[in-house]
Amino acid sequence: MSTETIREADAATAAKRVTRLEEHIVEIISDSGEGAQRCGQSFAAIAAKSGNGIWTVEIIPAEIQPPARSIAGASGNRIRLGSKRITNGGDEVDLAVAFNEQVLIGRVRAGELKPGATILLERMWRDDRDPRIAKSYVEAVDELVAAGYRVLEIPMEKECRKLVVDPRRGKNMFVLGMLCSIYSFDLERGREQIAITFGKKDRKVIESNVKLLEAGWAWAEENLDFKYDIPGIPAGEAQVVMNGNTALALGVLASGMEICAMYPITPATSASHYLSEIFERVGGIVHQAEDEIAAANFAIGASYAGKCAVTITSGPGYSLKQEALGLAVMAEIPLVVVNVQRGGPSTGQPTKPEQGDLLSVIFGSHGDAPKVVLAVDGIEDCFYAMITARKIAETFNTVVVVLSDASLATAQQPFARPTFSEEWLVPPVDQSEIASGRSPYDWDPLTGLFRRFIPGQPGGMHTVTGLAHDRASHVAYDHKSNEEGLRNRSMKIAALQRTLRTPEVHGDPDGDLLVIGWGSTRGAIEEAVDRLRADGQRVSSLHVRFIQPMPSGIGDIMKRFRRVMTVESNWSDRVGDAVVDDENRRYAALAMLLRARYLVDVDCWTEVSGRPLKPARIAEALRAQLAKEVAR
Amino acid sequence: MTLDITQCLLDRGEQPRDLSDYQSGMPRWCDGCGDNAILTAMQRLCRDNDLAPERTVFVSGIGCSSRLPHYMKTYGFHGLHGRALPIAEGVKMSRPDLTVFVSTGDGDCLSIGAAHWIHAIRYNMDLTVLLHDNRIYGLTKKQVSPTSPLGTKSNTTPKGSYLDALNPLSVTLGVANVSFVAQVVDWIPEVLYQVLSAAYQHKGLSFVRIIQRCPEFMPGFFDPYLQDPSRTMLLTHENGLTLSPDIARTYRNQRAHDPRDLAAARDVASLEDPIPVGILYHDPDAARYEELRHAGALRTADQVRRGLDAELDKFTIWPERG
Repeated sequence: MSTETIREADAATAAKRVTRLEEHIVEIISDSGEGAQRCGQSFAAIAAKSGNGIWTVEIIPAEIQPPARSIAGASGNRIRLGSKRITNGGDEVDLAVAFNEQVLIGRVRAGELKPGATILLERMWRDDRDPRIAKSYVEAVDELVAAGYRVLEIPMEKECRKLVVDPRRGKNMFVLGMLCSIYSFDLERGREQIAITFGKKDRKVIESNVKLLEAGWAWAEENLDFKYDIPGIPAGEAQVVMNGNTALALGVLASGMEICAMYPITPATSASHYLSEIFERVGGIVHQAEDEIAAANFAIGASYAGKCAVTITSGPGYSLKQEALGLAVMAEIPLVVVNVQRGGPSTGQPTKPEQGDLLSVIFGSHGDAPKVVLAVDGIEDCFYAMITARKIAETFNTVVVVLSDASLATAQQPFARPTFSEEWLVPPVDQSEIASGRSPYDWDPLTGLFRRFIPGQPGGMHTVTGLAHDRASHVAYDHKSNEEGLRNRSMKIAALQRTLRTPEVHGDPDGDLLVIGWGSTRGAIEEAVDRLRADGQRVSSLHVRFIQPMPSGIGDIMKRFRRVMTVESNWSDRVGDAVVDDENRRYAALAMLLRARYLVDVDCWTEVSGRPLKPARIAEALRAQLAKEVAR
Repeated sequence: MTLDITQCLLDRGEQPRDLSDYQSGMPRWCDGCGDNAILTAMQRLCRDNDLAPERTVFVSGIGCSSRLPHYMKTYGFHGLHGRALPIAEGVKMSRPDLTVFVSTGDGDCLSIGAAHWIHAIRYNMDLTVLLHDNRIYGLTKKQVSPTSPLGTKSNTTPKGSYLDALNPLSVTLGVANVSFVAQVVDWIPEVLYQVLSAAYQHKGLSFVRIIQRCPEFMPGFFDPYLQDPSRTMLLTHENGLTLSPDIARTYRNQRAHDPRDLAAARDVASLEDPIPVGILYHDPDAARYEELRHAGALRTADQVRRGLDAELDKFTIWPERG
């Protein structure tokens, strides 16, 4: 890969090389507050409108205002764009735009840049008045060039200063213009995007940003000697582009739920932020409770007296809610709980993705507290899963936990625009009289289901309780009543299982290796499997959405493969560690569940790097697994 | 959300209900337990106000006090230790048409549920909260509670408790948006009833501390108060308690106190002996959270459709016409 340092004048006369690509990964990073996020989001929207498949990943510093020019302070956006549908953030970055060298160094050290990647770097620091900054910049550039990166120093601030007084605000739109030129996008789409982004603001703001955009475009056209072309296929039907938490919030609205009780926690809160903005317009209420426990109990009270309510949280909040969830299970009150997982245990890594909560969600709350656990497998599913969850919660009078994670929370992807259906909504709260002779827990002997009595229904008066109780909801300590309750609450889960469809195998129905995953990793796993299959390997994958209950047929699918493994983003003991052996190895969460249920020797590969799993890393793990099989 | 006016009208036409319409099961509290007096007062209150049992919900936490909903023939929610208030708030937010009472003990409300207590006062939702305060943990067999007097010997403080008791009235009166605070004792049923009625009538969160006897674990503790009526101080005012001649004759220690006066209420709250009994504070105009949030607003499928479509529009890429 060529290494060059461009000066304004040098490249002016250079001939343009246009390279046609299948896909590319772009990253825009800055100090927080410099607008790299907005630039990235706008760029992604332009790409999507141009017919490209996209997947975006937010780069979020852990602090609100990290010190300027710090390695850990990188804030921005990664955009993977391609000719086809994109299902995950991909591997390493092909082209990075950085507003200073420090945030860039952070990304380089984290191994996020492809060898020889193109770097567009703000060059103002070279001439900084502070000699330490100038020195640090020059050293970093030299180091990057020596490491084989193609560093292009861009006078972003200098160029922007020609148009605006404070180039720190606005540099991002200059960069957006550059990127439109580099990726051969129609500049008009950039103008439209600015109008959308700044729609609420003054016309002057829009005009000034458009000028910056055009300046960035013109500068790139004049000074850069390369362009990329990633042909897109504009969609034939309406698409929506949003992140997982936005989709979750819209799913809540569309599900007919009317009350969301929550307490602020990262990374779940942005779903509640958005819901707070939109919910009241359709008669909904977001209640920010005094704590997570109150939020759960508030939601339970609301569900008990009316329509099913939802509480949205992340790991630590989920832990706090566990006792309340046990109450909802015991009293058989419908409830939807969303857990947008983050790194754990304890406070862990609040902004980073991890799939570490599966077992505590399934087995959590003391005693036998069976609940439904549904893991969303993509952005679109964040929307539809809420509708499904509400329905199941109300039909089965049970707790439904929807698992998402930090990577889906902020990742954006286009999907077909949902078309509203009245069937998504809840019928009005039943206030009809209860016929005499009926009990509040008239458990159906076959399914454990019953129609619950709701306050307001004459003749249905009873007291629900978290204590063991009989059909009349009377406190009952006798073993028969206790076992009857346990049996019926558990049986409902089996009854639901009978209605679930077996997930489809991605790839051939049989082969050497079956990879099973759950949650946000679907796109990355399937891409890795496709890469191996392209090499002639007999690998397939299966993604489970319902984890409790697990649909039937999975055991049969596993039998058709020589080896089964899970790929997850939670901790599993490394086989190479001296004290770890077959007897004490702690398996990944799903692997453990599959081993227990199907008596199959399911292996696992896991990575808990605090970032979304990359297809290349998964592919490497699958190849290693296949090699192990050969060695046997 | 439901507001069935027809049903309300039908209810009106029926025979007035009697006490048995509100009674359910046989209370399992100890003989002489103050909870019995509270239950009786509540059943009377429901009858006298002809509350539709199906539109009345008693929510409770865990503890002796929290068994109360089981003995009411209304809807009831016997929840978790400390969490009666958030459950009741959820009920009220979801169904403002329901009448909601909360029974909670001194451990339930002031210890494990303390965070919810403070915030419930501030939300000021239309709930009638009965603090059954016997100053000891009963169901778990005698441990100190936050209101146990200094030196109380219990299973966790065999040498006597170490700290001064918490004063729930003072704390409650320190919370922004507080709207109704009263104190009563279980051994003056007439005043208990009168104060609970006023609490029920109040629109907003009425917090009634009911000092009650625990014959099992605090035997004789309140005997000096029962034997000497002067150790009970009745708060009287035209906006508060008006005493019957019998009560006025027995309890001569009286003090005129205007419940609209927050500063005076805080002074009264700090008195321990004699025990002040009556309405300490009442502000009928404090903002109610469920009203601010438009709880119970009607919604239609069309409203949801329009709301969803308007939002989806913001994220939509329409196919290019060509």
